[in-house]
Amino acid sequence: MESSRTTGDVSRAPAPDPARPAATLAATRPKVVRPLLKLVARSLVRVVLMLWAVATVTFLAIRALPGNPVDVWVQDLQGRGLTARQAEVQATQLLRIDVHASLWSQYVDYMRNLLHGDLGSSVILSPGTPVTEMLAGRLAWTLFSVGLSLIVAFVIGMHLGGIAAYRRGGWIDRLLTNGSAVMDAIPAVLVGIALTFYVGVVWHLVPIESLRGAYSPDVQPGVNLPFVLSALGHVIAPATVYVLTTVGAWVLQSRSSALTVLNDDYVTQARARGLSERIVRVAFVQRNARLPLVTGFAITMGFVVSGSILVEEIFVYPGIGQLLANALAKRDYTVMQGIVLATTVTVLLATAIADALYGWLDPRTRTEQDA
Amino acid sequence: MSVVEHLEVADTAEPVRPRRLTSAAGGVRQLGFGGVFGIVGLLTIVIASAVGHYLISVPRTDLNAILQSPSLAHPLGTDFTGRDNLVLVIRGGWDMLELAFVAGLLMSAIALAFGLLGPFAGGVVDRIVVGVTDLWLTVPRFILLLVVASLYRVSSTFALAALIAIFGWPYLARQIRAQALSVRRREHVEAARLLQLRTGHIVLRYLAPAIAPFVVISTITGMTAAIYQQVILAFFGLVPLTDNWGVLFSVAYGQNAIYLPAAAWSMFAPIAAICLLQLCLVLTSRSLEGLFDPRLRARR
Repeated sequence: MESSRTTGDVSRAPAPDPARPAATLAATRPKVVRPLLKLVARSLVRVVLMLWAVATVTFLAIRALPGNPVDVWVQDLQGRGLTARQAEVQATQLLRIDVHASLWSQYVDYMRNLLHGDLGSSVILSPGTPVTEMLAGRLAWTLFSVGLSLIVAFVIGMHLGGIAAYRRGGWIDRLLTNGSAVMDAIPAVLVGIALTFYVGVVWHLVPIESLRGAYSPDVQPGVNLPFVLSALGHVIAPATVYVLTTVGAWVLQSRSSALTVLNDDYVTQARARGLSERIVRVAFVQRNARLPLVTGFAITMGFVVSGSILVEEIFVYPGIGQLLANALAKRDYTVMQGIVLATTVTVLLATAIADALYGWLDPRTRTEQDA
Repeated sequence: MSVVEHLEVADTAEPVRPRRLTSAAGGVRQLGFGGVFGIVGLLTIVIASAVGHYLISVPRTDLNAILQSPSLAHPLGTDFTGRDNLVLVIRGGWDMLELAFVAGLLMSAIALAFGLLGPFAGGVVDRIVVGVTDLWLTVPRFILLLVVASLYRVSSTFALAALIAIFGWPYLARQIRAQALSVRRREHVEAARLLQLRTGHIVLRYLAPAIAPFVVISTITGMTAAIYQQVILAFFGLVPLTDNWGVLFSVAYGQNAIYLPAAAWSMFAPIAAICLLQLCLVLTSRSLEGLFDPRLRARR
């Protein structure tokens, strides 16, 4: 209100008045807010749609298709001496869905449970324990190990890729590019196994047996130094594997991204202005070369979470991957279904964060949305 | 006629000539060391696996020679039932290649269909296709694949390949779509369209040659992904039990080979074979990329 009065009051204003910025700010604010709201609304719709799609696919796979595991399980219970009615009652209790009702009403029940955050109870692994309870602790460890190694791999890959781009064609470039291609090609599991075998078993460099679990049994979980140090020590093994297997892709991407930027006119112009090579690299090349990589973050995250299934199994790390491995082995479908949904939510959140980060890092996308 | 001849003479007199594959040596130079290594390695693996599949019989179990280290009789040692690791690895390649090839082709075909449908149909169809692709891309597909594979056991390599392809196409589809969009906007295609040439003609003569190299590369990428996923599926015992590298590795791992240096040979032999195959595929696709796209070659 104040700003509109100052802009209207022309007579009082000498040429450079201090109220000017306020006026422009007030004029531009709705333009910024509305596209932002639109963006948020659109991504919300996307997230809801995706969750619905994944939930429906899991429902179809677990409950609706012929020969689905729930039917098999109910028959299995009957084989163990329960009557058909008793078996159905037990299934209904654990799944929180009336397995005797029509498929459609089961679907409605299932969706209603999901909306209430109820994923049912474990069927076989630890019968009766709510799946959400089983997931909660484990998801945190997986996110911790995967998130940490993603950031480390990103930083390392960024710098190595930059170095390769500046020394294009030199031996260091060839070494980095070919080395990255090789690392990119080797599955994470195999790296993990080779590492465990040589570092832990053959050379005895690291006491690999005592690195099992997420932290040592003798520390108290909580915010205290021994616990944090222990957790960091235990995360090294899986994190090394994640870093080794993702860093190659970052190097290759950041190299090609830096190469495109290096040829841009503004870099030439910056050099022509006589700026030091270091400033050109840090402020002009790296900042812009980093941008396209941010969008790859979410995809890489999904990839690493998938890879974590085996890596956690090998290093006996109590994350979500290990839980999935157990659930797969014992065919505990409520747990499987919970893991599928939880990882979907995680990846969706990561994508949303990456998108938001991209908008913040790259002002150009913001102006595009204004237009 | 004479004018044309004159022009042609003038053209050839120019010092700048298009680079062409003139000889084997030239081809080797263009592929680079990595490319040659990849292609030769791939051929070796294919031939060795074919020999193993069709000519070599199943190695005998020999309970007097369990978990041996390499020797003259067993160059890569023996596994936990005394079978020769080298023979097992050579025999196990064919199933792996079959899976990779079928899965790669199927993945590429689905990706091609979805990637091209959007740009050519346009409008609502395009938006739906893009939406479905993006949706499927963001979902943690591999975990879903594991769950589906554990609920509905596949019984043949082909079924497994189809399953992997259904879960693996969206990334390739997106790349093919981008490629198709950029090709469609190129001048010679616009010119052909203005000349009102038939759509079939345009697709076959102008679009297909431009996209084909990319499809070859994306098929190879699909193959590497399929191998990687097969290894993990095998680790959980979710693949049909044939003697392929993934199964050999998971069986050896199941025998605790990771903590027994004597048993390690039976685990590392298939691992090495898988890594070599992956490496050859990646090197081949990278060098083909350079061969198809001269701009990349200049940048490298």
